[in-house]
Amino acid sequence: MNDPLIIAGKTYSSRLLVGTGKYKDFAETREAVDAAGAEIVTVAIRRTNIGQHPGEQSLLDVLPPSRYTLLPNTAGCYTAEDAVRTLRLARELLDGHPLVKLEVLGDPSNLYPNMPETLKAAETLVKEGFDVMVYCSDDPIQAKRLEEIGCVAVMPLASIIGSGMGILNPWNLRLIIDNAKVPVLVDAGVGTASDAAIAMELGCDAVLMNSAIAHARQPVLMASAMKHAVLAGREAYLAGRMPRKLYSAESSSPTSGMIAPARGG
Amino acid sequence: MTTVLVNGEPTELATSLTVRQLLERLELQGRRVAIEHNGDILPRSRYDDTRLAEGDRFEIIIAVGGG
Repeated sequence: MNDPLIIAGKTYSSRLLVGTGKYKDFAETREAVDAAGAEIVTVAIRRTNIGQHPGEQSLLDVLPPSRYTLLPNTAGCYTAEDAVRTLRLARELLDGHPLVKLEVLGDPSNLYPNMPETLKAAETLVKEGFDVMVYCSDDPIQAKRLEEIGCVAVMPLASIIGSGMGILNPWNLRLIIDNAKVPVLVDAGVGTASDAAIAMELGCDAVLMNSAIAHARQPVLMASAMKHAVLAGREAYLAGRMPRKLYSAESSSPTSGMIAPARGG
Repeated sequence: MTTVLVNGEPTELATSLTVRQLLERLELQGRRVAIEHNGDILPRSRYDDTRLAEGDRFEIIIAVGGG
């Protein structure tokens, strides 16, 4: 089925985006990314450890930008200024590549997004020519505002980052999806495969996850499960589910042509 | 000699050093990094003609695993 995901004019065949944090080593990271079939992978931007382990393999050796679309994020930033600064460095690091994930957090205890700072950072980044995929609260007004600013995708949380609590407010997600002209991705909160399928059945264009795979007992197997869940959810969305009919029992088998009921005596 | 801040650490280096030589001293040559110099992005094309000055602040970053 030819059903590409288009972000900032670029076409992707996978609707599962994955993070690269929390894996036991780079080999497992790469294996999980490949089992997920992900084309877009998020990375964080951090200071180098000066003087430590020179010659050590780096993440970009394992996930070369020639093969994967790297999505640098601003995880850990609590102000628009820090987020913008981080992504300017990321663009330099990745030779001018403009696609980025903006997230500005508001509270270290729950990693909930700070929307005023997120909006401020988004405005600056869009002006500077970045293609901004933006992590946001599941508030349809904020999501619309981010789209109006010029973000190329809006990425509401399904539940709090790293919680694995699943899709807690499907109605809000539906409001965002129904109002959006840019791709909507669920980012954060997915815990297991059915959560990813539900997000896609709601009409999300894609799902972004990290902990659900990296914190599974077998990350590579969970990555594969997520790949199938996203595909299944997408196909179910396109196919269109049957209407829910409480108290209107209707058998799938013919009701005529029944053999004669046995009569006793 | 001069003192510059590299990723927040005071570091003693010769003033005549270029940024490219700084990367060699730090054993980061050939690594994919990006550099911020006194708050501004320093493009790779400027590594050879930018020399260290007293009190310079450098941030040298890489990509790491993240979600």
